[in-house]
Amino acid sequence: MSKPIYFDNHATTPVDPRVLEAMIPYFTENFGNAASRNHAYGWVAEDAVEKGRKQIASLIGANSKEIVFTSGATESNNLAIKGVAEMYAEKGNHIITAATEHKAVLDTCKHLEKKGCRITYLPLKGDGLVDLDMLRDAITDKTILISIMYANNEIGVIQPVKEIGKIAKERGVLFHSDAVQACGKIPVNVVEDGIDLLSITGHKLYGPKGVGALYVRRKNPRVQLTAQMDGGGHERGMRSGTLNVPGIVGLGAACEIAQREMPEESARLRALRDKLRAKLEASLEETYINGTMEHRLPNNLNMSFAYVEGESLLMGINDIAVSSGSACTSATLEPSYVLKALGLGDDLAHTSIRFGLGRFNTEAEVDYVAQKMIDVVNKLRELSPLWEMFKDGVDLSKVQWTAH
Amino acid sequence: MAYSDKVVDHYNNPRNVGSMDKSRTDVGTGMVGAPECGDVMKLQIQVNSATGIIEDAKFKTFGCGSAIASSSLATEWLKGKSVDEALEIKNTDIVSELALPPVKIHCSVLAEDAIKAAINDYKTKQGAPVSAETVSH
Repeated sequence: MSKPIYFDNHATTPVDPRVLEAMIPYFTENFGNAASRNHAYGWVAEDAVEKGRKQIASLIGANSKEIVFTSGATESNNLAIKGVAEMYAEKGNHIITAATEHKAVLDTCKHLEKKGCRITYLPLKGDGLVDLDMLRDAITDKTILISIMYANNEIGVIQPVKEIGKIAKERGVLFHSDAVQACGKIPVNVVEDGIDLLSITGHKLYGPKGVGALYVRRKNPRVQLTAQMDGGGHERGMRSGTLNVPGIVGLGAACEIAQREMPEESARLRALRDKLRAKLEASLEETYINGTMEHRLPNNLNMSFAYVEGESLLMGINDIAVSSGSACTSATLEPSYVLKALGLGDDLAHTSIRFGLGRFNTEAEVDYVAQKMIDVVNKLRELSPLWEMFKDGVDLSKVQWTAH
Repeated sequence: MAYSDKVVDHYNNPRNVGSMDKSRTDVGTGMVGAPECGDVMKLQIQVNSATGIIEDAKFKTFGCGSAIASSSLATEWLKGKSVDEALEIKNTDIVSELALPPVKIHCSVLAEDAIKAAINDYKTKQGAPVSAETVSH
């Protein structure tokens, strides 16, 4: 069997061959430790690391001195949130985040809650956006950090980051943003957006897994963090550990390519995404877009296909790699908490599919995926008692179900 | 998650999909589950009231592949059985026939519930006393 068509680019992306090519020499001939200051092996490695730092900084409008390398966005999020909570403990203990954040943020906050921090989890509006008035009202004189993602990994909704940055600045609160889905896909600028800490990872923008970075603002204000890893004092003491030189080279190269090709690539992906949506909506009734289309990553489509359960849909399209918000696909048997936070009923959350387009997808793949989806949804609706009831005019919300 | 060959077969070629006229007195209808839980099964039997034999069975299921397979299998097993024999079908029989993993056992439970609910409905229509065991829950 040939490999499935890959439409799950929010989960991870393949490494761009140009990125891999840049990395390879740093595994073998240029294998030095970037911290070895007294010989050429070290200098070559250090040069490569500094080049990577510049490439990453350039993508997000930062200074290269503000980039701290990590193992990925989970570590970046942990370091940002725990590092601020510990460093600014005397100033306050309150952190504001949102219900649709990634687990690396939510679970870090839960951990801090046990340690005496107070966390506000902002609910989202039905379109997936943060309510700015609610955010303003949540800030107290004990608030030290706002952590709101740039763009959501399930529904692709882009938060009003600039406005959040402004509010944070006005109130003297630090602003962290998990930007793994946004970086390299849409313009991100930490100065214009007023971001103090920003998480980025390699493998969501055609770079390698296992490498990421945290942007830490150096002035206006100078952000300090309590290190979460003790050791040799690398990365300005914020993150000890020998630097992953090939990974950093790859992350840097990936950022440079993304920055250069973003205008063309985002327009191409937006057109493909819009074509996919148009084809599905033209042939299928009772489909619902989850989250606003107005403020959304160009490569994301999250759609519910009413009366068809998500996992059975995935089973029918097993030559296509996508994700579902259905409970059955998750270990917890709970449907997507992101979709639930939008106020979506469990019934529609169970029928949702996330399409994440990427650099290597083609128009022919979009045509194939659209037709396959239409065929499978129609087949499963013929099998669905809910579809039959809907067609008979039964109001499903008034039915007495025998839930167990 | 990998599906067993039998689950895949029932998913690709579901047996006895369809609906019967639920107002008929020789038809019993069982509908179990809830859209919020991600599973709804509708199972119907048509019984020869003279012999008590289930002559036809149909299903429609909203749910994962294992739920579809469980109900499809149930209709196959029901046909030709007497109502009393049908009551002996246990969810564990479905689990072993389809090689369902632990996380999918609830699908087989739902199918057993649907069988009982359909028989219960049929018996109610026939005016027979309904035993507590067959009342759907």
